[in-house]
Amino acid sequence: MSGLTRTTNLSQNSIFRVAIMDAFKKLNPMHMVRNPVMFVTEIGSLLTTILWVQALAGHGEAPTGFIGVIAVWLWFTVLFANFSEALAEGRGKAQADSLRKARKDTPAKVLPVVYENLEKAQKGCHILSSTKLNKGDLFLVETGDVLPADGEIVFGIASIDESAVTGESAPVVREAGGDRSAVTGGTQVLSDWLIVRVSTDPGEGFLDHMITLVEGAKRQKTPNEIALSILLSSFTIVFLVVCITLYPFSKYSVEVAGQGTPISISVQVALLVCLIPTTIGGLLSAIGIAGMDRLIQHNVIAMSGRAVEAAGDVDVLLLDKTGTITLGNRQAVEFTPVHGINGKELAEAAQLASLVDETPEGRSIVVLAKEKYGLRGQSLGSSQRAPSGMHFIPFTAQTRMSGVDYNGTNIRKGAPDTMIEMVIAGNGYIPAELKETIDRI
Amino acid sequence: MNWLSWLQFPLYVVVLLLCAKPLGGYMARVFEGEKNCLTRVVSPLEKWFYGAAGINPNDEMDWKVYLLSLLAFSLVGFIFLYLLLRFQSHLPLNPQKLQDVSPALSFNTAISFITNTNWQNYGGETTLSYFSQMVGLTVQNFLSAASGIAVLVALIRGIVRQNTHRIGNYWVDLTRSVLYILLPLSILLAVLLVSQGVIQNFHVYQTVQVLDPTAGLTMQTLPMGPAASQVAIKQLGTNGGGFFNVNSAHPFENPTPLSNFVEMISILLIPAALTYTYGKMVKDARQGHTVLIVMTLFFIILTAISIYSESKGNPGFAGLGLDQTAGNMEGKEVRFGFVNSAIWSTATTAASNGSVNAMQDSLTPLGGLAAMWMMQLGEVIFGGVGSGLYGMLAFVIIAVFVAGLMVGRTPEYLGKKIETFEMKMAALVVLIPVLTVLFGTAVALMTDAGKAGIFNSGPQGFSEVLYAFSSAGNNNGSAFAGLNGNTDFYNISLGIAMFTARFLLIIPIMALAGSLAVKRSIPVSAGTLPTHTGLFIFWLMGVILIVGALSFIPALALGPIVQQLLLGSGRLF
Repeated sequence: MSGLTRTTNLSQNSIFRVAIMDAFKKLNPMHMVRNPVMFVTEIGSLLTTILWVQALAGHGEAPTGFIGVIAVWLWFTVLFANFSEALAEGRGKAQADSLRKARKDTPAKVLPVVYENLEKAQKGCHILSSTKLNKGDLFLVETGDVLPADGEIVFGIASIDESAVTGESAPVVREAGGDRSAVTGGTQVLSDWLIVRVSTDPGEGFLDHMITLVEGAKRQKTPNEIALSILLSSFTIVFLVVCITLYPFSKYSVEVAGQGTPISISVQVALLVCLIPTTIGGLLSAIGIAGMDRLIQHNVIAMSGRAVEAAGDVDVLLLDKTGTITLGNRQAVEFTPVHGINGKELAEAAQLASLVDETPEGRSIVVLAKEKYGLRGQSLGSSQRAPSGMHFIPFTAQTRMSGVDYNGTNIRKGAPDTMIEMVIAGNGYIPAELKETIDRI
Repeated sequence: MNWLSWLQFPLYVVVLLLCAKPLGGYMARVFEGEKNCLTRVVSPLEKWFYGAAGINPNDEMDWKVYLLSLLAFSLVGFIFLYLLLRFQSHLPLNPQKLQDVSPALSFNTAISFITNTNWQNYGGETTLSYFSQMVGLTVQNFLSAASGIAVLVALIRGIVRQNTHRIGNYWVDLTRSVLYILLPLSILLAVLLVSQGVIQNFHVYQTVQVLDPTAGLTMQTLPMGPAASQVAIKQLGTNGGGFFNVNSAHPFENPTPLSNFVEMISILLIPAALTYTYGKMVKDARQGHTVLIVMTLFFIILTAISIYSESKGNPGFAGLGLDQTAGNMEGKEVRFGFVNSAIWSTATTAASNGSVNAMQDSLTPLGGLAAMWMMQLGEVIFGGVGSGLYGMLAFVIIAVFVAGLMVGRTPEYLGKKIETFEMKMAALVVLIPVLTVLFGTAVALMTDAGKAGIFNSGPQGFSEVLYAFSSAGNNNGSAFAGLNGNTDFYNISLGIAMFTARFLLIIPIMALAGSLAVKRSIPVSAGTLPTHTGLFIFWLMGVILIVGALSFIPALALGPIVQQLLLGSGRLF
C-alpha cells in the first residue's frame, strides 16, 4: 500500500496538538467509565481536588501543599493516560486521512460516451476528483494510472497490477465482457488502456471500506483485552477495599495507642492509585492501537485488535500464491542462458528486447543487465522516437511480449509459452534443456 | 540451637516429600477408577453404598449437577450437625451431662465443620458430648475433606477432557475419597497415635490427685473421650478441630515427639500428594512438580523465618535475666520445643488445618506474621485437601494469562485456551477471600461488639482480629487465641466468612471445570508457554506474592510489623 506510507509526511506536531486537546476532552466521566482503572483514578483526582479546596478554606485534613501535590500528580496521571490513548488514536486517524487524501488525489478521466479509440478518448475526457464519481459514470485509465473507483470494463483490455488487493505479484489481464471484467479502485494499470463504468456508489468502494477499517479498528475490544480488563478491574476492587478498610484499621490503632491520627483521605487516595494497576490500565487502549499501527507500518492492515492478537498467534503462514506478497512488481534477478549462449549475449538481447517494456518486469531486466554486465541500455518510452533502423515492439497484454527488429534480426522477450509458440511458428529450434530450466524456475 | 534442632526441619520436608509421591500415584488410580491395592477389600463396600443409594457410578454429571449435588449434600450436613448440637443433652454418649449448645455457637460450629474450616469457638471437653464429637464433628471432618478432593478431581477432569460436559459423578468421587483414601489413612494414623498414648475411650472425666501440688491445688479433673479417632482425621483432612480445647498441645492428643512428628507429616501429606495425583491425571508429571515446588519453596521460606524469629526468644525476658537460649518458650510445650512448634504453626496455616501444638498468640511478631500471611496468601501453599490445589490452579491460570499477554499470544494452559470466562472465574477465586478478610476485620473494628472480644492491647489486639478473619475467610480454622470468639457477633460474622470462603469459591471453580471441559485441546506448539520450567515457577511465585503482599501489607503493617519494630525498642503487648 503505497498510500499508507504517506502518513509519515503528516506533521507529527499536529498529531501531538490534537492529542493534547483530546486528552482533556476524554476527561468526560461517560468516556472514562469504560476504563475502570482510570475512572477510579479520576474520581481520586476529583476527591483530592475538593479536599485541596477545603484545605485552602482552612479546614484541611492534611497540609494544603501536600494535598495539592497529590491532586496535581493524580490529574497528571489521568491526563497522561488520555494523552497516550489520543496519540495512538491520532496515528490511526492520520492513516485514514492519508488514505482518504490518496482517494481524493486520484484523478478520474471522466468520459461522456464510450470512445473506441484512445486518442479520441484522451481528447474527450475531463478530469474530476475520484470522490465525485457516481455509479454508472464512465472513465478512462491509461498505462500507469491508478483506478479511481471500482467498476466494470466496458471497452479494452489491459494488464493490471492488483497486488494491493489480492496480493498476487504477477499482473493480471482484465478485459471487457466475461467474468474478468471487474476492476478495483486503488489498483494500477500497467499497460494499455481501458474504459470503465463505475459500479459502486461514492463511499462504498473498496478503498472506502479500507478507510473505515483503519478508522473503526480501534473500536472493538479484543477477547484478551476484555479478559485483561476483568483482571485489572478485580485488582482495582481488591485495592479499593484494601484502602477503604485501612481507615477503620488505623482508627482502631490510634484509639488503642492513644496517639497519632487516623490515615487521611488524601493519603488513602494516593495509596490506592499506587496500588491499582494504573500503568497497564492507562496504557491498555494505547497498546492495542500501537499494535495495529506497527502492522500498518509493515503494510498489513489489521482490521481489529483481534487480528493483531491473531498475528501474534501465527506459527505457520500458508499461502496459495507464489511470488512476493503484496509487492506488485516482479523483478528479474538472474539471466539463465541455455544451449551454449553466454550470459552476456543473453543479457544484451534481453535488454534490447525490454527497452520499450514499461512494466516493472521489463524495466528490471534493463537494470539487471546494466548491473551485471555493465550494459548501458537507453531506456526508451513508446512515445520516443526509435533510433533509425530499429523498430521497437512494445509490450502489450495481448501479445505478452516485447522486442526489437534491427537489420532483419528479430529479438523478442516474453512469457515462456508465447515465446515457444513463436519460435515453433518460425520453424525455430527449442533446446530440450530450456523446458527443464523453465520448469525449474 | 544445636545441630539436632537445625536438622528437624529438613528432615520434616524430606520425609513429607517421600511420602507424598506414592500416595499421590495411588490417589490418581483411585479417581481414574483403576485397580489398586485396596480394590479387593473396599470395592464390595463401595458397590453396596451405590446400590443402597440408588446411584449408577457410570452416570457422569455436568458441572451444574455436580455443584448442586455438593451444595445440597453440604446443606443436609449443616442442618444435621446444627440440630445435633442444639439437642445434644437428649442424645446418648454424654457422661458429663453437658448442656445443649447455644444457637449462635451451633451455627458457627456447624458452618465451621461443613466448610472444612474447623474454627473452634467452643472448648471440646467443656461443651461437646462424645456423641457430638464422633457423630457430628468427625463425620463432617471426613465429608468436608472428601468434598474438597471431589471438587479438585472434577476440575482436573475439566482440564484433561475435551468437547464434553461430563466431569464425573460427585457421589462416586465423594465415596471413593472417604473409602479409599481418608478412612484407611485415618485408621492407620489412629492406631499409631494410640500406640503413643493418645486416648480412645468413653469414660467419664477422671479426677486425680496431682503429683506436685502447687498453690493449694491437689486435685485435677482429666477429660476423657475417643480422641485418637478424631485426631487422625483432623490432621489428615486439614480440618484441625481439636478434641480438646488446647488442640494438639494437649498430652492426650499429642503425647510424644514421635506422635508430634507423625501428626505434623499428616497435616501436609494429602495436599502435597495431590500435586502428584494432578500430574498423573493430566498425564504430565512435571505440571504437578511445578506446583509442588512453588508450594514447598513458600513453605520453606516462611517456616525458616518463623524458626529464626522464635529462636531469638523474647528480648523483654532477656532483659530480666531469663535464659533465652531455648528460644521463645511462651505458650509452648517443653516436650516439643520452639522448632517443632514453629514448623507446626506454619504447616498448619499453610495447609488449611488450623490445629496447634503451641499457642499462636504467644509467637513472636514475625512468627505470627508468617502464620497469618500463609493464610492470607489464599490457602494455596498446600492448602486444604483439594481446596488448596484448586485455589493454586486459579493462580496458575492468572499467571499463565499475564505471561501470555506479555508475549502477545492467546494464553493457554495444558492445551486449553484461557479466555474471558476463565479469567472471570479465576479472578473471583482470588478476590473473594481477600474481600472477606478485609471487610470482616473492618466491621469487627468498627463495632463495639467486635472490639469487646479483643483481649490484648495495641497491635497485638489488632492482630487477633485480623488473624481470626484471615483464618475464617480462608477456611483455615487456626486461632490466634486471645480473642473471645464465643459471642453472637463473632459466631455469626465468622460463620458468614467461612461460608463465603468455601462455597463462593467452589462455584467459580466448578464453572471453570465445566467451561474447560467443553473446550478443544490445542496441541503444543513452539509458541506455547511451557508451564513446567524454572521460569514459570518463579513467575507463579511472583504472582502469588504480589497479590498476597499488596493486599495485606497495609493491614499487616498495623499489626505484626509495627509490633516487631516496637519489640526492638522493648515494648510488649
